Amino acid sequence: MSELEVLEQIKLSPKDFATDQDVKWCPGCGDYSILKQVQSIMPELGRKKEDIVFISGIGCSSRFPYYMNTYGMHSIHGRATAIASGLKISRPDLSVWIVTGDGDSLSIGGNHLIHMIRRNFDLNVLLFNNEIYGLTKGQYSPTSKAGKVTKSTPMGSVDHPFNPMALCLGASATFIARTLDRDPKHQREVLLQGSKHVGTSIIEIYQNCNVFNDGAFEVFTDKGSKPIETLMMESGQPLVFGAESEFGIKLDGSTPRVVELSSVSKNELWIHDEKDRFKAQLLTSFFDDPTVEGHLPRPFGVFYQEDRFRYEDAISQQIERAIEIKGKGDLAKLLSGNNVWKVG
Amino acid sequence: MKIVEEKNEVTIVFAGDSGDGIQLTGTQFTTTNALFGNDISTFPDYPAEIRAPQGTVAGVSGFQLKFGSNEVYTPGDICDVLVAMNAAALKVNLPRLRKNGTIILNTDGFNAKDIKLAKYENNPLEDKSLDDYRTIQIDVSKLTKAALVDSGMGKKEIDRSRNMFVLGFLYYMYSRKLENTEKFIKEKFAKKPELIDANLKVLNAGYNYADTSEIFTSRYNVKAAELPKGEYRSIMGNQATAIGLVAASQKAGLDLFYGTYPITPASDILHELAKHKNFGVKTFQAEDEIAAICSVIGAAFGGKLGVTASSGPGIALKGEAIGLGVMLELPMVICNVQRGGPSTGLPTKTEQSDLLQAIYGRNGEAPMPVIAASSPSDCFETVYEAVRIAIEHMTPVFFLSDGYIANGSEPWKFPNPDSLKEIKAPFINGEVEKPFLPYRRDQNFVRRWAIPGVEGLEHRIGGLEKQDETGDVSYDPENHEKMVKIRQAKVDAVVNSIPLQEINNGLPEGEVLVIGWGSTFGVIKTAVKKAVEEGVKVGHIHLRYLNPLPKNLGELIQKFDHVIVPEMNNGQLVKILRDKYLVDAKGINKIKGIPFSTQEIIDAIEDSIIKV
Repeated sequence: MSELEVLEQIKLSPKDFATDQDVKWCPGCGDYSILKQVQSIMPELGRKKEDIVFISGIGCSSRFPYYMNTYGMHSIHGRATAIASGLKISRPDLSVWIVTGDGDSLSIGGNHLIHMIRRNFDLNVLLFNNEIYGLTKGQYSPTSKAGKVTKSTPMGSVDHPFNPMALCLGASATFIARTLDRDPKHQREVLLQGSKHVGTSIIEIYQNCNVFNDGAFEVFTDKGSKPIETLMMESGQPLVFGAESEFGIKLDGSTPRVVELSSVSKNELWIHDEKDRFKAQLLTSFFDDPTVEGHLPRPFGVFYQEDRFRYEDAISQQIERAIEIKGKGDLAKLLSGNNVWKVG
Repeated sequence: MKIVEEKNEVTIVFAGDSGDGIQLTGTQFTTTNALFGNDISTFPDYPAEIRAPQGTVAGVSGFQLKFGSNEVYTPGDICDVLVAMNAAALKVNLPRLRKNGTIILNTDGFNAKDIKLAKYENNPLEDKSLDDYRTIQIDVSKLTKAALVDSGMGKKEIDRSRNMFVLGFLYYMYSRKLENTEKFIKEKFAKKPELIDANLKVLNAGYNYADTSEIFTSRYNVKAAELPKGEYRSIMGNQATAIGLVAASQKAGLDLFYGTYPITPASDILHELAKHKNFGVKTFQAEDEIAAICSVIGAAFGGKLGVTASSGPGIALKGEAIGLGVMLELPMVICNVQRGGPSTGLPTKTEQSDLLQAIYGRNGEAPMPVIAASSPSDCFETVYEAVRIAIEHMTPVFFLSDGYIANGSEPWKFPNPDSLKEIKAPFINGEVEKPFLPYRRDQNFVRRWAIPGVEGLEHRIGGLEKQDETGDVSYDPENHEKMVKIRQAKVDAVVNSIPLQEINNGLPEGEVLVIGWGSTFGVIKTAVKKAVEEGVKVGHIHLRYLNPLPKNLGELIQKFDHVIVPEMNNGQLVKILRDKYLVDAKGINKIKGIPFSTQEIIDAIEDSIIKV
């Protein structure tokens, strides 16, 4: 039987990926929706359950592996990326998923995140961004908006927030995308695209923490404001938004401008090209505060993807090459070295 | 013809600017003598700065070696011969030279500028400060230049081969052949034939100069040592650690994954392992120390032999992740090539001050086995043991070495691969219970290694406290206490797979027991041997296994009236021994970044008797 036939025979369903553990997120947490979507796409990976590994760090999101009936590790704060790197180098055959949050991967684990990205291991990162520290009960995070009032910033945060997509692209990411917990359909689509990317796929998921930061992304999810505040990117399609698709983005030199489709034809609009690194940089900088007059809408979907060699493949190739040149390692020779002398 | 005078052993220190090729000269002289059959011990001593300002005391690089026709256990306390390439090298190393010792001086390194840089008030060659020594003054630069007059090489390139002149000179002086170094030169400069010619010329020029000049009337010879029969090679500690890891991975049938971050004095392990990719070794130079150990955890989870190495500051950074390794109960080896601390401390100097860090330095109750190498070649066997314990007991293991043995070298009667112990990984074969219990254990409290890719063993592990057997998250108070005790019992059970402690040297009972660990082995052995010859009833125990300690250690200790514990720290093993055995052990401590001298240990042995 071929691998494919085996898989067809197994025919996994989302339920096969659920564990017997009680899910312990707060009622109403955005994590539930993400768990459901992730479980729902698992059968479509075309991989056996035992070949899939979920690795997380610390934080609310990081409980995730306990709810996935695959191999899993709930590790330590900020280090899931580094652990996954070692796993992927030594086991390129596995499908590796990292589950992390804004505190976990952008604060304490920021260094590992950027280095993992530039190495471009073939793995997937689900970055749950709720702009708050939930597990430690409500301190501001590296993505919290400036001025954010939290337990640790009673007079408002004076930290300037990270722009995660721009950061990842700056670290030479080969796949970056953004989606929303409250848009399951979009989420599913983006997760599937990410899972198909060969290389590190970074999927930022805006996730509502209804206890400590409720409504942080409401402007992007509320029926009234969503059409005008979100820009759903589709490859090969013009960038349009609005309830009636009445607005579009046009490039004026290198400056993006919002135009009304009543006065500008669709042909003149910016056509989204996921392979265009320069334009992706512009798109990631669509990061305005939605309360500011004249702001750009927030893009969702795949910003950018490219095909670049994977670290683990390069390492494996070097090993093959070394064996080609020197022959398979001979332990007796290694122990004796080149300068041997005899006594007696 | 000059007369050849026989010597039992000679200690030489080569010293010069860190750009003078001192380490290479020392290594070549070592290999030649090793191939001749001498027993040898070496100790390189170099500055932290790669190229400190030329001619200054800070920039002096040294290489000490002792070679003998008897067994040699240390690189020597007091030197017989000092080779000083400049005034600063003389200034730094003169205190190590015995009275009436020989100084070979490069006079070109003693001009007014050199004298000033070395902060000498007067030129030591001109005042009477060297009257107690025998000096051989050679203008090495001038003679090297003369040898290469037709080479068309520039001054800088010519100066770079000065060390070959000195080496040739010493080969003549100690009746050694040039063969080995000639072969080395040909291999090293295979792609630059003009440099082969130049270096060979200078090497021979040095040799012939020693022969024809009237500088000394006799040559010396140190006969081959009577070592146990067998095949030998020369090995440095870090090199032995690296090939020990490769050997263990081969014997265990597991690919080696080495995740690390560069740090002195551990980096040479990485350099060595990176050469052995044809053994399936994957080396990963991570972005930091934390990523290094975490990548190792990932590899261990994936079913590979995960190893990391660092030195004190890096180990401190790895602490949290090592605790995760303990909690996950995955096999991995953490090598600490110790250096002077705390903080950045003395990166290029040696110390044994991370023992307590290794045994206790994690949050919570996080016990793990700790073992230490006692000499450069012993790094091989000890790190091999570290891997065996890690895999067979499913636990992180600390392997301790230090700068002294990491960079030191000695002859090694290397083993046949067939003679190495088998290492058996506790993978799951055949039927397994349903549901699978990842933390079910055997009689030694060892769990099984269930790796991704195996159907039916899907499971989750993590840093949160786990329920016994299932591995599910548990906050149950009874369960937590139970798990803490289990993890301790598991490490304690390692004692069943390690050998009983032997008296390594000296007498099995008597007045004084000297207990050491790590790189002090050679010097304690030498001192105890001498003390026994002088009639002192003294024994020497050298601990490889520091946690858990061998079962019979308590009994052995009771056979002596006094216990002294020499350590290159402020008293660490001594605390553990006092704690564990309620014995009035006394610490003998040296914290100077340099090893003990034999005399210091002998004095300590004698003092411990007199004081009573």
